[in-house]
Amino acid sequence: MTEQSYVRTEMLGEKPPPSSQVGPVKWVMENLFSSIPNAVMTLVSVWAVYFLLSGILPWTFQSSWNSTSLHGCRAYIVEKYGEGTEGACWSVINERWKQLLFGFYPKELYWRPVVTLILMFVAISPVLFASVPRKVMLFSVIYPFLAFWLLWGGSIWLPIVAFSGFGVAYLAIVFGPALIGSLGATIVAGVLPIVYWLFLAGPIIAGLNSVAPIGIEGIDSDQMGGFMISMIIGISGIALSLPIGILLALGRQSPLFIVKTICVTFIEFIRGVPLITLLFVASVLLNYFLPPGTNFDLILRVIIMVTFFAAAYMAEVIRGGLAALPKGQFEAADALGLDYWKATRLIIMPQALKVSIPNIVSNFIGLFKDTTLVSIIGLLDPMGLSRAIVADQNWNGIVWEIYAFIALLFWIFTFSMSRYSMYLERKLATGH
Amino acid sequence: MVTEIEREIDRSHMEVSDEIAIQITGMNKWYGAFHVLKDINITVNRGERIVVCGPSGSGKSTLIRCINRLEVHQEGTIIVDGTELSSDLKNIDKIRSEVGMVFQHFNLFPHLSVLENCTLAPIWVRGIPKKEAEETAMRYLEKVKIPEQALKFPGQLSGGQQQRVAIARSLCMEPRIMLFDEPTSALDPEMISEVLDTMIELAEEGMTMIVVTHEMGFARKVANRVIFMDDGQIVEENVPEEFFGNPQSERTKLFLSQILGHQ
Ligand SMILES: Nc1ncnc2c1ncn2[C@@H]1O[C@H](COP(=O)(O)OP(=O)(O)O)[C@@H](O)[C@H]1O
Ligand SMILES: [Mg+2]
Repeated sequence: MTEQSYVRTEMLGEKPPPSSQVGPVKWVMENLFSSIPNAVMTLVSVWAVYFLLSGILPWTFQSSWNSTSLHGCRAYIVEKYGEGTEGACWSVINERWKQLLFGFYPKELYWRPVVTLILMFVAISPVLFASVPRKVMLFSVIYPFLAFWLLWGGSIWLPIVAFSGFGVAYLAIVFGPALIGSLGATIVAGVLPIVYWLFLAGPIIAGLNSVAPIGIEGIDSDQMGGFMISMIIGISGIALSLPIGILLALGRQSPLFIVKTICVTFIEFIRGVPLITLLFVASVLLNYFLPPGTNFDLILRVIIMVTFFAAAYMAEVIRGGLAALPKGQFEAADALGLDYWKATRLIIMPQALKVSIPNIVSNFIGLFKDTTLVSIIGLLDPMGLSRAIVADQNWNGIVWEIYAFIALLFWIFTFSMSRYSMYLERKLATGH
Repeated sequence: MVTEIEREIDRSHMEVSDEIAIQITGMNKWYGAFHVLKDINITVNRGERIVVCGPSGSGKSTLIRCINRLEVHQEGTIIVDGTELSSDLKNIDKIRSEVGMVFQHFNLFPHLSVLENCTLAPIWVRGIPKKEAEETAMRYLEKVKIPEQALKFPGQLSGGQQQRVAIARSLCMEPRIMLFDEPTSALDPEMISEVLDTMIELAEEGMTMIVVTHEMGFARKVANRVIFMDDGQIVEENVPEEFFGNPQSERTKLFLSQILGHQ
């Protein structure tokens, strides 16, 4: 060994970092005052925040909760907080919040939408959280029919007979292949329920009603309104647009020319038309295309249009996710002998959906907020009601308070969705 | 590209049977107007280990991808395990579930754990109960020496480990034939031998294998035959001693001198 050679005999351990590398002081220095421009920006921002809050906070809190008119509000605030004070007139919310939530739904039946909402959380829990027992899924399947019945009321037989249409399809899938081959069974499973719903369901329901008239008080669609209607349309649209969007995205990539053409045409047409146009079609035109005598509920028609609109966007979002997958994933699935549907369900879609989560949730949020457009075709969603409230003599001139309340309602929902999507992304991260 | 293979190879189970595993006759394939495979004739007996080599772009990948119909050939016949490849989907799925394939870039499913990667096809293609599939998977993960990684995701493993998982994933379908497309080309040098070792063990158990590789050490010690391809054709086919010791074609000589370095 020469003089210069050196061999380490003992490896060094880790030392704690010096104090300039940790703690709040470091955070402030690094994030707020790291340079002169940064320091200036910090000070300007602090001033702007102060300026905004000094206007908004007193207005929010020097307010009146129990007056019966805008006039009353103003008088009360001046009396309490001194001449020249301007404050929020929350009294209008206090008086009208039930209407903003439920529209003209009968007061003594408010429990029905409330129960529907609570049950909804039960129904979506197995979809949202993997830890919920899979058996709850059964409830999720019947929930839409239960929700419909709770909200609209009427004969119990309508939702039950409608649901049994899926039973008809199921029977065709199970017993069909043995009798008429699997392709035939698939077609029959698609056609049979439609025939059943269109022609058989009516007489069956009538029959059952005459034998056993079980039901709860029926509510008309024009009695529904407020945030409830936004939720009905928004949540139905969300729940339906994702599966339809997935099918459209897959169809768009199909090697079958007809399937592909139908999907592309649908997507490009619906995306190219403003939602409000589709809503007018729903409210005015759709009845011309339906068989005479069918009275198709306006809310249902709106749900269909909103779903189509969202599904077209969803299809493109998911197509983006599909395109992001390496070709090797398809090949590995093929090489293992998985057929198209299994490969799609087990390998391709989970990954495509995962990379699309942020975009999918953005679409959901957009859809939910777009439900306010239904006020233009006369549905009394919160925006529609707000116009009625402002037109009331007592509240004439009020603006901010109602919109602030509506904004808060929407924000709570959309913000929860956004947080959930972040949770989901973290949970699904598998390290790359 | 010669990773020394130091171990002695146990040849007691490596006998070749008379039964034909794969027969390719007069096969031609085009990509559009580009004639990528030209008049390919290969017969592989059960238990044989064939190494395919040749310059990049010579059609090696395309050839072995035709065997499980990841690519479709236009002329000639390919018979695998007595079943002729045609557009009949039933035949294709049957052959695919009996022919395992290992890719250059592993192609593991990143959203599934190592164990789930291995049990997915047995459960969904073969209909094996989950518990049984998991036991089989653990057995093969032990065989490729990474049972302790079973619950990790592919993204958390090294390249060599991922490739061994990919081999285990194929083995879980209990295939009768294994295809390897440059299984070590995407690996860092120090990980190549762990994958080669796994492949040698497989060979020692008598698996029928077609391996596209430039690992000439592997070819020398393990292969029964080496096939050299260039320009979409089989240029030379011989037992390893002859192929390396006494190559006939000029192209083969040139290729070998490039790949083995100047010796
Ligand atoms: N999908 C494809 N479409 C058109 N040409 C292709 C395709 N895949 C491969 N090729 C071409 O076919 C030839 C053979 O490719 P490949 O089988 O991958 O060669 P190797 O594996 O021997 O490097 C190359 O010239 C390549 O460019
Ligand atoms: Mg290749």
